[in-house]
Amino acid sequence: MDSMTIIAVASIVIAGITTGFGTMGPALAEGRAVATALTSLAQQPDASSTITRTLFVGLAMIESTAIYCFVVSMILIFANPFWNHVIAQATGK
Amino acid sequence: MHLSPDQMIFWQSGVLKLNGTIAFTWGLMLVLAVGSKLITRRLSTDQNRSRWQNFLEIIVTGIEKQIEEVGLPHPDKYLGFLGTLFLFLATASVCTIIPGYVPPTGSLSTTVALALCVFVAVPLFGIADQGVRGYLKSYVEPTVIMLPFNIISELSRTLALAVRLFGNMMSGAMIIAILLTITPFIFPIVMTLLGLLTGMVQAYIFSILAAVYIAAATRTRKPQPAIKT
Repeated sequence: MDSMTIIAVASIVIAGITTGFGTMGPALAEGRAVATALTSLAQQPDASSTITRTLFVGLAMIESTAIYCFVVSMILIFANPFWNHVIAQATGK
Repeated sequence: MHLSPDQMIFWQSGVLKLNGTIAFTWGLMLVLAVGSKLITRRLSTDQNRSRWQNFLEIIVTGIEKQIEEVGLPHPDKYLGFLGTLFLFLATASVCTIIPGYVPPTGSLSTTVALALCVFVAVPLFGIADQGVRGYLKSYVEPTVIMLPFNIISELSRTLALAVRLFGNMMSGAMIIAILLTITPFIFPIVMTLLGLLTGMVQAYIFSILAAVYIAAATRTRKPQPAIKT
């Protein structure tokens, strides 16, 4: 396999794996966060605005890691510098 | 399919490029500034006031209450900065309904600029509240060994603010663009609704996180001296 094929295959496979693995961790963590928030809401309903706001802030922080993985996948598929370099070499020849 | 509004170029002369990000940002600024000016031309404190004034008062008092709940005791000092952040991001996300509009926060330059504003504002508010020495002391707060970690955490949470907002807005726009090429009318509309919801949540998160960082920087360590009447 020449380098162009290797770069293409590696980018495609890793982009898929990144999104696949990158969304598992945050999903589990967010599920646990919401479950704990529901438990504490049931125990103290009058603190609901504080609990809800803290829950949303915590969910956004957990979501960030999933977003990082998504951004890396997008870069691999659409703005891949190695692929652009190899293509430029191939068309320049 | 364009990855960001940076690639929609409306006008170009030499090095200067008027791309979609700048044009849509100016449009949003125009809408917000002119709209507020028109509504606040005739403010009234009695019972018959225009419904637009009521609407603005609901928004402003809502933001003030949120800032107070985060732990900042005088919200009017921070209302200008935090309120502008929230209103700009909320309007940028809601206007996705308008056809042909791409949110300028879908471009990394806008989100990095907003995150840099927060990065500069937190020390400014901290120094205004506690003085230079008091603010710098907070960096060595538990022990001196924590100094590099505190600095790194400042930089990384600024980066996280920028990438979080960019990732959410860009993914919303991209999913709608991909779906429009695949499925008929209903599914892209559902995804647009989801994009609106996540856009509003991200606007709220951005402003609340900025408020939390400012509250952490202006937290007084020593108890206040007793007020003698």
